[in-house]
Amino acid sequence: MTLVYAHQPRCAADTATADQRAGSVASIHSWDTSVGVDGPGPRFVVFFAGCPLRCLYCHNPDTWHMRDGATMGMEAMVDRVTTMQRFLKASGGGVTASGGEPLLQARFVEEFFVRCTELGLHTALDTSGFLGARASDSLLAATNLVLLDIKSWDRSLYRRLTSVDLSPTLAFAERLAAARVPVWLRFVVVPGLTDDPANVEGIARFAATLGNVDVVDVLPFHRMGTAKYEALGIPFPLKDVDPPDELIMERVRRQFTDQGLHAR
Amino acid sequence: MTTELHERQRAAGDAWRGYAGIRWREHIDVRDFIQHNYKPYTDDATFLAGPTDRTTRLWRRLGPLFVAERKKGIFDADTDNPSTITSHSAGYIDRFDEIIVGLQTDAPLKRAIMPNGGLRMVEQGLAAYGYTLDPQVRDIFTKYRKTHNAGVFDAYTHDIRAARRSHIITGLPDAYGRGRIIGDYRRVALYGVDHLIEAKKADRARIDHAPFSESIVRDREEIAEQIRALNQLTEMAATYGFDISGPAGDAREAVQWLYFAYLGSVKEQNGAAMSLGRTATFLDVYLERDLAAGTITESEAQELIDDLVIKLRIVRFLRTPEYDALFSGDPTWVTESLGGIGVDGRPLVTKTSFRFLQTLYNLGPAPEPNLTVLWSPSLPEGWKRFCAQVSLDTSALQYENDDLLRPRYGDDTAIACCVSAMAVGKQMQFFGARVNLAKALLYALNGGRDEMTGEQVMPAREPITSKTLEFDEVWEALDSTLDWLAATYVEALNVIHYMHDKYAYERLELALHDYPVERFLATGIAGLSVAADSLSAMLYASVRPVRDETGLIVDYEVEGEWPAYGNNDDRPDGIAVRLVQTFMDKIRQQKTYRDSQATLSVLTITSNVVYGKHTGNTPDGRRAGAPFAPGANPMNGRDVHGLVAAALSVAKIPYDDARDGISLTETVVPSGLGRSPEERVTNLAAVIDGFTDAGGFHMNVNVLDRATLEDAMARPELYPDLTIRVSGYAVHFVRLTPEQQRDVVSRTFHGAM
Repeated sequence: MTLVYAHQPRCAADTATADQRAGSVASIHSWDTSVGVDGPGPRFVVFFAGCPLRCLYCHNPDTWHMRDGATMGMEAMVDRVTTMQRFLKASGGGVTASGGEPLLQARFVEEFFVRCTELGLHTALDTSGFLGARASDSLLAATNLVLLDIKSWDRSLYRRLTSVDLSPTLAFAERLAAARVPVWLRFVVVPGLTDDPANVEGIARFAATLGNVDVVDVLPFHRMGTAKYEALGIPFPLKDVDPPDELIMERVRRQFTDQGLHAR
Repeated sequence: MTTELHERQRAAGDAWRGYAGIRWREHIDVRDFIQHNYKPYTDDATFLAGPTDRTTRLWRRLGPLFVAERKKGIFDADTDNPSTITSHSAGYIDRFDEIIVGLQTDAPLKRAIMPNGGLRMVEQGLAAYGYTLDPQVRDIFTKYRKTHNAGVFDAYTHDIRAARRSHIITGLPDAYGRGRIIGDYRRVALYGVDHLIEAKKADRARIDHAPFSESIVRDREEIAEQIRALNQLTEMAATYGFDISGPAGDAREAVQWLYFAYLGSVKEQNGAAMSLGRTATFLDVYLERDLAAGTITESEAQELIDDLVIKLRIVRFLRTPEYDALFSGDPTWVTESLGGIGVDGRPLVTKTSFRFLQTLYNLGPAPEPNLTVLWSPSLPEGWKRFCAQVSLDTSALQYENDDLLRPRYGDDTAIACCVSAMAVGKQMQFFGARVNLAKALLYALNGGRDEMTGEQVMPAREPITSKTLEFDEVWEALDSTLDWLAATYVEALNVIHYMHDKYAYERLELALHDYPVERFLATGIAGLSVAADSLSAMLYASVRPVRDETGLIVDYEVEGEWPAYGNNDDRPDGIAVRLVQTFMDKIRQQKTYRDSQATLSVLTITSNVVYGKHTGNTPDGRRAGAPFAPGANPMNGRDVHGLVAAALSVAKIPYDDARDGISLTETVVPSGLGRSPEERVTNLAAVIDGFTDAGGFHMNVNVLDRATLEDAMARPELYPDLTIRVSGYAVHFVRLTPEQQRDVVSRTFHGAM
């Protein structure tokens, strides 16, 4: 099988190198193109390597560590986007920074989004919001859309689910609202964990107050990452949890729409 | 106004009432008629009507016949009456319930025999389904009348036979009708047959005094045959109670006249692809006139198109199992080209363009007619959205780049078969199947010996003896192999088309063309992604050949990573482009029959499976016998960066070096196009916009789950109508061979997590 970055040296450790801190290079897990699921229209999606969260239902455990990514320079990244620029513009799509957690490499993302904006491309940031404080005002200015994943309203559940604290995400959401950056809110329905009506209600009420949430994507938990866990030799904590049935999904969506939000 | 024109108009009676324009009255010029009279439709699909009870009833009558046909392979065959335009008496599905009439034989789904193409094909086709050819017919076509097939084998060279046997050249139309010729069937509706005969007589008179040459004598004979065919067309229509010597007077007649013209062609020719052309917007002019006059309703307008499409769906040809292995699912390629933009910038989309698509809802999804949308980002939004909706609902549409076609062929261009463009009534092509580019690469390595049999197929050259395959050395050997292949291939095509003209001339289809007609010689390649990836492996990784005891390279050890075609990476994509350009340059150097202009396609239809079966291990790691990717597709599973990246790779292949078309088949799971049905429509249209804008030529769009296909393999009886697009045409999935079903299921599904 072909690995596009196979010849690139790997980062030695999970701590950022000087170049990474300066934002001139990034540790990248991979890139992909997708349609309609990572922002509007066809997207060029960069998966940044490294994430401070350890979500129980994570389906990309291969993106947890920066050291597992390949180093990619800004120019190489922009060149790659340029080869698709015309397609992305003609089709009303754009670029999405995803991960991992892209804000772990916020300076690179900022410069990348500025360059994409210069190319006339729509930019979307797919984040948990936990590192929202690392996003500078100029990064937000170059961001057309944030895909914000608020995983739980219940603080203790949030910590159990993700291993980190909920507060930074809520603060980031409020900052985005103040800056009027449009948000697609994401919520993963995990039976027995996040699907509790009170938990959903909390997020829905909060989201409704923000005023910048265009859409709520209610996503069913799935187990398609199981093979990745096996390959990495890590136990998958939710291997016995079944995906939610359509009744639950419908109820959760309704909880959002009842708050005047557009859920799908 | 000339007196001649006055007379024509009188002869046309009131058939042309209310129509504008002059030129089309004085010359045979359907495009001019359309341009002066059509009404672009820029709104959405809400005006469309569902099926009438009559339509549903008529369509249902065919249901049990389809079931029986699927079970037996064919429903019925005529074993003793070789088919011509007038060979059979009138046939009906239900005489009193049909609006548009006419069948190929005297009963629906009863297949005709057409031995002019080749007797063996007829005998084997019948035998495969338990029928026996009438001995007298056999006698006639062995003792008294030579066939195209017999002629071809009298003139084939040693090299052609060897290349054919080893499958480096496969699928040549040397035993069956070549097809891919589109008669301008609209002419019969607009002018009536007599007017067309007069025009042909005038053509004939103009060459009466030309100095002798073989080609002039041939032209005179051909025009005489064309006139004979036109007379028989009138005769055939008369058996159904219609006089088509004059022009059609209303919409129903226009549809009927046009269909009779097409029917005459499929009664006499079992061409591989018998395409309809670009008829919707032409018919719309008639439908609009009747709608404006209040003589028909929208429901009746739709009913006419539904009835026409029912007829097009039951066109059948007798084929052999070997043919089915190449082109699976009983395809006829009744291709209808819809939409597009005119040279004046007006969209050529009319309400009847919508009505054709609506048949997929009114009658349910089906592979035929092969509905082909000529796409441009500047088409009206309502039309684009409806097309995308239909693709999402039925997977029955293909898209071709109108912005590439229009400047090269004009705005009255239609697609024959899958991707072959031609100006309707002005251009035709000599269909040439394809050569196996991956195998050519293996011949280059082995000095012209076949990697599976060890046989020396190509005149011997030095094999590559290095321990590691070096790109430059291999490329040089490939270049010289392709010299031989191009020469052998074009010689085969020249022989085939010489004999086809001589023994199985398409007299009615050519009667519906201008004289003289412009001809293309359509060559093709298969295995592009395998060849490109193999060369990429040599260039970017290390490939060590494994030789057997005779020195034949039979396998490869690859060390290191290499970039694969299909990920929008210029390194491997550039190799694919270079392969296409190199082979096309060699094709251009050959002398062609009737000075036809050589073109090239990157298209396999379903033959990618058969080509793969006959090709040994390749340096890209593909195992012997494994299918190739279809058309210009990246190899299955190697395009790992999503649909957009794959499409952009394919779009790099320059259309001007592959003017017979470049085919990409995409399969997307519904959720891979967006979260809501509304967004999926928007996004699918956006993807086709982006691909078209990037210079991509052709895209088949399937919106399917792998699970659906797997279930259909296990329980075919539940999926009689499941339609999928495979490399240039649509098929009923359950009618593919099990091998091809597995190939389709193993393809890359974009958007699948």
